[in-house]
Amino acid sequence: MDESAITGESAPVIRESGGDRSAVTGGTLVLSDRIVVEITQRPGESFIDRMIGLVEGANRQKTPNEVALNILLASLTIVFLLAVVSLQPLAIFSRAQQPGIPDNAALDADGVTGIVLAALVVCLIPTTIGALLSAIGIAGMDRLVQRNVLAMSGRAVEAAGDVDTLLLDKTGTITLGNREAWAFIPVGGVDERALADAAQLSSLADETPEGRSIVVFAKTTYGLRERTAGELPTATFVPFTAQTRMSGVDLATPGLRGGGRQIRKGSASAVLAWVRESGGSAPPDTDHVVDGISASGGTPLVVAEVLTAGAADGGRTARVLGVVQLRDIVKAGMRERFDEMRSMGIRTIMITGDNPLTARTIAEEAGVDDFLAEATPQDKLDLIRREQAGGRLVAMTGDGTNDAPALAQADVGVAMNTGTSAAKEAGNMVDLDSNPTKLIEIVEIGKQLLITRGALTTFSIANDVAKYFAIIPALFAAVYPGLDTFNLMRLHSPQSAILSAVVFNALVIIALIPLALRGVRYTPGNAMAMLRRNLCVYGLGGLVVPFVGIKLIDLVVQFLPGIR
Amino acid sequence: MNTTTAGVVFAASLAVALGLTYRPFGDYLARVYTSERHLRAEKMTYRLVGVDPDTDQRWSIHLRAVLAFSCVSALFLYVFLRLQGRLPFNLGFDGMAPGQAFNTAASFVTNTNWQSYAGESTLGYLAQMAGLAVQNFASAAVGISVAIALVRGFSRSHTDRLGNFWVDLVRTVVRVLLPISVIGAVVLVAGGVVQNFHGVRTVSTIVGGGQAITGGPVASQEIIKELGTNGGGFYNANSAHPFENPTVWTNWLQIYLLLAIPFALPRAFGKMVGDTRQGLAIVSVMAVLAITGVFLVNGFQLAHHGTVPTAVGAATEGVETRFGVSGSATFAAATTLTSTGAVNSAHDSYTSLGGAVLLLNMMLGEIAPGGAGSGLYGMLVVAVLAVFVGGLMIGRTPEYLGKKIAAREVKFAALYILTTPALALGVTAVAMALPGERANMLNSGAHGLSEVLYAATSVANNNGSAFAGLTANTAWWNTVLGISMLLARFLPVVFVLGLAGSLARQRTAPVSSGTLPTHRPLFVGLVTGVAFVVVALTYFPAIALGPFAEGLH
Repeated sequence: MDESAITGESAPVIRESGGDRSAVTGGTLVLSDRIVVEITQRPGESFIDRMIGLVEGANRQKTPNEVALNILLASLTIVFLLAVVSLQPLAIFSRAQQPGIPDNAALDADGVTGIVLAALVVCLIPTTIGALLSAIGIAGMDRLVQRNVLAMSGRAVEAAGDVDTLLLDKTGTITLGNREAWAFIPVGGVDERALADAAQLSSLADETPEGRSIVVFAKTTYGLRERTAGELPTATFVPFTAQTRMSGVDLATPGLRGGGRQIRKGSASAVLAWVRESGGSAPPDTDHVVDGISASGGTPLVVAEVLTAGAADGGRTARVLGVVQLRDIVKAGMRERFDEMRSMGIRTIMITGDNPLTARTIAEEAGVDDFLAEATPQDKLDLIRREQAGGRLVAMTGDGTNDAPALAQADVGVAMNTGTSAAKEAGNMVDLDSNPTKLIEIVEIGKQLLITRGALTTFSIANDVAKYFAIIPALFAAVYPGLDTFNLMRLHSPQSAILSAVVFNALVIIALIPLALRGVRYTPGNAMAMLRRNLCVYGLGGLVVPFVGIKLIDLVVQFLPGIR
Repeated sequence: MNTTTAGVVFAASLAVALGLTYRPFGDYLARVYTSERHLRAEKMTYRLVGVDPDTDQRWSIHLRAVLAFSCVSALFLYVFLRLQGRLPFNLGFDGMAPGQAFNTAASFVTNTNWQSYAGESTLGYLAQMAGLAVQNFASAAVGISVAIALVRGFSRSHTDRLGNFWVDLVRTVVRVLLPISVIGAVVLVAGGVVQNFHGVRTVSTIVGGGQAITGGPVASQEIIKELGTNGGGFYNANSAHPFENPTVWTNWLQIYLLLAIPFALPRAFGKMVGDTRQGLAIVSVMAVLAITGVFLVNGFQLAHHGTVPTAVGAATEGVETRFGVSGSATFAAATTLTSTGAVNSAHDSYTSLGGAVLLLNMMLGEIAPGGAGSGLYGMLVVAVLAVFVGGLMIGRTPEYLGKKIAAREVKFAALYILTTPALALGVTAVAMALPGERANMLNSGAHGLSEVLYAATSVANNNGSAFAGLTANTAWWNTVLGISMLLARFLPVVFVLGLAGSLARQRTAPVSSGTLPTHRPLFVGLVTGVAFVVVALTYFPAIALGPFAEGLH
């Protein structure tokens, strides 16, 4: 199948009947063969439909924080309506105190004119943030989609911002998918270079990532050139089987029938048995090295050789050359990311099937806060429940059917697109790139979404202060000259002041649209620093900007024909 | 020592005294509401009333208890005032008229103590002692009980129980208000406050005329008037009367007493939620607002433009010479910052900008430090809103003390914040629109508008102080202000208890470095800012046309 329409990944994938990988997605293409599909999804609810729906925001449900914010904005609107409505009788009364002054466009004997009252209401009620609230939500969804993550609901995106505990699978997320050669440790006085050479020879035909990493490691560390199979015409490669639990190469000595060199690498018990069978014995330090590697969380591969002088005398010498240490390689930059998470107040827990010893080593190296070793699906589920009982929100990734219960239990469950359909159903987000590291980005997007809402709300409310300073003196300075003190901006005339305030109100919405769509700049860090910065920028900024803005507009507006 | 220095020493010594008692008194209050033991007197009361002191109430039951208790109190007081003429010790006064009796009952039950009557010429000893003074204790205790229920909403986790209203009520009276009142009353008597049953005596004055002087059990009522942030005086002149407040040091003591409980409650709050820094943050917000208020009133009274203040050196009109300008200004600021409403000078005669600050003090919603109990719960509601805005800005669902501030919590907080402005601005607007009611103003123009705005604001914040000038003993004013007081007291109580219920139901989320720290100076600044900006945006037009129109030149 070509699933690039939904994943963006051009490499085709295999879908076959029966088993976990049997589901196909609408909108994807069959590249070869023929499939019969049973459609269980109802029309209009397919994956593609959902994607479109999410991006369009057509039937977007309000998230909990959005609802709370709407309540706050509604009550502010009522407060401002009250302030404006109750102003009218006071205005009529005040106007009556100064019967001598002439009526003007804003204030006459009947009080403040309707149009100015309307202008005042429009300026004061939180229209700015009200207009941008949906845009912010949809933009957040869109940022996720751009990173190839489909969220099933906005609620999940918001929950991502609140996550306290992150469960990360070791393999693929924290470490590279496979173990790699890390060191060659010779035993019994063997030359280190000889061990490297033997290990490389035995791995030439080994296509497993571990095997390839040995070849590469020997080349980069000891300068041993990688030989192709063609350079060794006499070589017979012995593949790995589950029975022998080792692989290697047999090199025949030219001109000596039956003579040659056999090299094997594999699990310690299998290779040592092979050496003993061939009449050799392991040097006493072998066990020590093997145990040491195991204890440090690595995997030991023992390399041994058997030299046969020739079929004639049948003399064979078997000896252990040394041990290859394989270990998990922590992805670059993970420690910094986890430090960042910690400063954001998020605890990271590594989940692995390894034994506790191995797990501890990797956990320490990667800098995660905790780990769960020898984890079964039930253990994962229990861990999530424990965290949630402590009032924490948990996020995790998963791809297998056995992850489904945990994905469903987690507050944010990100299923890999390569995963089973059960996993995808259980989670509330699907990562189309199937990249488990993306969880960290999802958390950041969730936070950015909330910050943008909070920052623009603060900005919008702070703006109102300046509007009062423009409109109140404009309305009443004629009646009470003392109120002209509030005309801090020294606006040209009452008319131009009210017009400038209304124009500013309209322009600021437009000016803030890019910010609403892009989201407020977010740098991971602790809460204090973030609050200080955002309060300064959007709180104080929200107070100051309209003073400047209204003044600038007034400087232009006063030259309009008809403005006195 | 010149006037300014005296004023600074007066206010600073109050601040020091409050600072010294903050910790021990707050800790004591926390112990009162967390102790498992019942005193013998309390047990007897519970048995008498038929309450099981060990049951825990849900918020709805708690609310029902508050409303039932207050309703019965109001009805009792109303009947009592109406029937005064047929009861003993009435000094010959007849029962109150229905409108005024309703207004007075509503006023004392809601801890407002707005007085549309003159005490010494309307009420006898029985009505003062068994009617009004009892409510001075009860209404303060109700306020504190509601505040404690809200604190439990924060401190408890995953429960629908907020404690027992009756226990909190009885303990407040028995363990806090009564002991302090007994000692305090004796101290006041030592300072010259009268406490007798002499009735009306006619004395000959120096100039040869006769003057009727009413004695009475003043000290016993004066002490709870301040301690319970009530403010309803025995005499019409309130704390300006020499029998209520004879000397400078009783003046100091009265201010201290009316600030003591509201400023100590945050400590109890911190103690009960297990983090005294949280209490310190809340009290800091209160202190910043209060100090600003005191400073501004003093400033405007001591240095104000205008012919008379400039000539005399300070605004002395309406000020008792016993206390001086500063002793009056500080009292006025304290009484408006708390919901006390006792007065020792005529607020109507304050400079227009000084009067504007008194208005603003009340408009803050009586949170700095506010009334007994009501100050703490009002401030916590503002803190909840500040947390909501601030929490969003750090990218998390806002949390306060581990409780999520979501739709339900914001709804209750927003309704709370809406109530007071709706009543204050609504009553002002309606009164200004009705020519008949407007005519009750003493002054015309902007100052007359200030009188109406002040009355409506005072009542909508359960303060009870009067700008004076306005003739409020009319059927319309008595009724409207009475209803306003009841709504201003009990609607917020409904919202606060609802909020407490929904907070208590939540699990307490653990604090991490990602959660908003609510004990740092930055948070103190945020709450102060939110409180101030909300008030400024709500009341700016009204204030501009009242005191600012009059005071700015």
